[in-house]
Amino acid sequence: MPEAPLPRFAAPPPARFALSEAAAAWLLSAPAMLSLFLLLLGPSLALIALSFTDWELGAGGLTWIGLGNYAELLEDRTFLAALRNTLLYVALVMPSSIGLGLLIALLVEGGKRLRATFRAIYFLPVVSLLVAMATAWQYLLHPTIGPVNRLLALFGVAPINWLGSSDWVLLSLCAIGLWENLGYVVVLFMAGLTAIPSELYAAAEMDGARSPWARFRLVTWPLLGPTTLFVVTITAIRCLRVFDTVAALTDGGPNNASEVLLHVMYKEGFTYFRIGYSAAITAVFLAVVLALMLIQTRILDRRIHYA
Amino acid sequence: MAGIAIEGIRKSFGATQVLKAVSLQLRQGEFLSLVGPSGCGKTTLLRIIAGLKTADSGAIHIAGREVTRLRAADRDIAMVFQNYALYPHLTVAENLAVPLVMRALTPWQRLPLLGRLAPGTAARRREIAARVQAAAEMLRIGHLLDRRPVQLSGGQRQRVALGRALVRQPSAFLMDEPLSNLDAELRASTRREIVELHRAAGVTTVYVTHDQVEAMTMSDRVAVMMGGEVLQLGTPREVYEEPAELRVAAFLGSPRINTLKVAAAPDGLRLGPVTLPLQAAAAPGTRLTLGLRPEAFALAGEGLAARVEHLEFLGAELLLHGRLAADESPIIARLPQAETAGLAIGAQVALAVEWRAALLFDAEGKRLRLAPQREAAHA
Repeated sequence: MPEAPLPRFAAPPPARFALSEAAAAWLLSAPAMLSLFLLLLGPSLALIALSFTDWELGAGGLTWIGLGNYAELLEDRTFLAALRNTLLYVALVMPSSIGLGLLIALLVEGGKRLRATFRAIYFLPVVSLLVAMATAWQYLLHPTIGPVNRLLALFGVAPINWLGSSDWVLLSLCAIGLWENLGYVVVLFMAGLTAIPSELYAAAEMDGARSPWARFRLVTWPLLGPTTLFVVTITAIRCLRVFDTVAALTDGGPNNASEVLLHVMYKEGFTYFRIGYSAAITAVFLAVVLALMLIQTRILDRRIHYA
Repeated sequence: MAGIAIEGIRKSFGATQVLKAVSLQLRQGEFLSLVGPSGCGKTTLLRIIAGLKTADSGAIHIAGREVTRLRAADRDIAMVFQNYALYPHLTVAENLAVPLVMRALTPWQRLPLLGRLAPGTAARRREIAARVQAAAEMLRIGHLLDRRPVQLSGGQRQRVALGRALVRQPSAFLMDEPLSNLDAELRASTRREIVELHRAAGVTTVYVTHDQVEAMTMSDRVAVMMGGEVLQLGTPREVYEEPAELRVAAFLGSPRINTLKVAAAPDGLRLGPVTLPLQAAAAPGTRLTLGLRPEAFALAGEGLAARVEHLEFLGAELLLHGRLAADESPIIARLPQAETAGLAIGAQVALAVEWRAALLFDAEGKRLRLAPQREAAHA
């Protein structure tokens, strides 16, 4: 029987078709790329451009002053205090809320009852309005009528002006920051803990991991790696963005002792209308955030994703 | 007695009794399978032996030592888990080393960097590395030592899990359905390998499976469990040929044993209008169940009349699904391929029965003795 020639499926598609395919690809991804640029990249680039100008809101024109704003920042005592305070705030609040949050998550997950209740309680600060809760803190920390000082008085401690003394104000804000972030960290860690297969704990027990610490080192901590990276990232950003409590409770005072980056940026931009200068502060803020992210992904990411 | 002794283990979850006073004795070096359908309590029993669950009452001795109150880490046993339970962040070598590191090094010596400074750590680490290497060679995973579990195939992971159990010489192995996640071909070869490893190591082993083929092919003895009880304990041949209960007979063997409703009569057993040449020690009229394995039938000139309903070709053998003329009950016969030429669906056949292999059970399913009487069935 004579064989009919087979259709040539393997033949390359005609060039016209290939071209139209590429065009279609560009066309289809255009809306996403456009909105990505317009909504995310564009504003950031505009902000960086503005930071090289002396534009003030309401002023007629603007002048390109190059690195002038940044040079001024280096001399600005308020800004330098804010930068130092913000980094200190991150350095204190981030590790303490992560450490304490992990401990609480372990305790809650370790117990059998009331897990959902604890989760809800710890998450309360996250869903409550921080400015409103700040007034509660103001009362708690009030130098004369505040319960904190009254409690300390029982132990013979002299009253402390928590929010009014430059020695204590940043620590007080850190304590509020810990309270604010703890619930978030606890809930994230609890979610991470439930994802660890219980078989691994059984295997660890069979393998001779007797102490809770040994099981934590062998199973919990390594398997929480991805969760921890996420928690560190999120908490670092949340800490860097500290603003509400400062604006509501201290206004950066006394004597810049509680000044933080976003609050300075806000005052320069929306109180003094120095948009160019404010943009420079924001650029510094973004640089700090980006640097943190880079460190995290470079150092940690490689070591914690196993699957 | 060395080995493992399990005495009167009871366990309930809420109102559900999962284990009802289970007792088992394993000889030193014995390979015993706990086999039964899912939910029969076999895994719970294994976990109680391991120390991962506590029994409500009863005692467990391993290698002559009472371990009932000891925690799992102190029982000197190793376990292979169904999902292998490998540590995903550790390499194969590190996974294999965990049981040794946890036991041979102090918490100080285990510290990542400082531990190296502690006296004696280096020597212990070298010894551990040598034993890991030896275990890996034995399981032919020496070339995988630097990989992470995620980079391994299912069969390779299974070997690592076995290796982690073998690397330390424990006084007992516990295996929880270790082959259930492997494909059929790999399962068959690994079955044999586990048996050979067991023979070489000579360690008492409890093997949990729902797969009767695994239980029958691998074990020295099989414990058939159902509803929280051990129904029968014996060699694979004993539990297959001499099941103590109908439930055991029905669970073991594939295809399933044929069960026929019969009644005791003075001159034999009645199957519908047919009198079978079997004598039971039961009062006439007693309702009984007769069990006939598929291989107890043969095509013959005379025997039980049956109609062919379906034929399954298996290569060397053929499964005949039919219906008995006597009482319309369905039967399956396993016949040698060579004798079945010309069989067709709808055909009438006569099935000769190997009456010596017949099993008789009372109304509660307990086994009854019987004696063959005559050679042929009469209408």
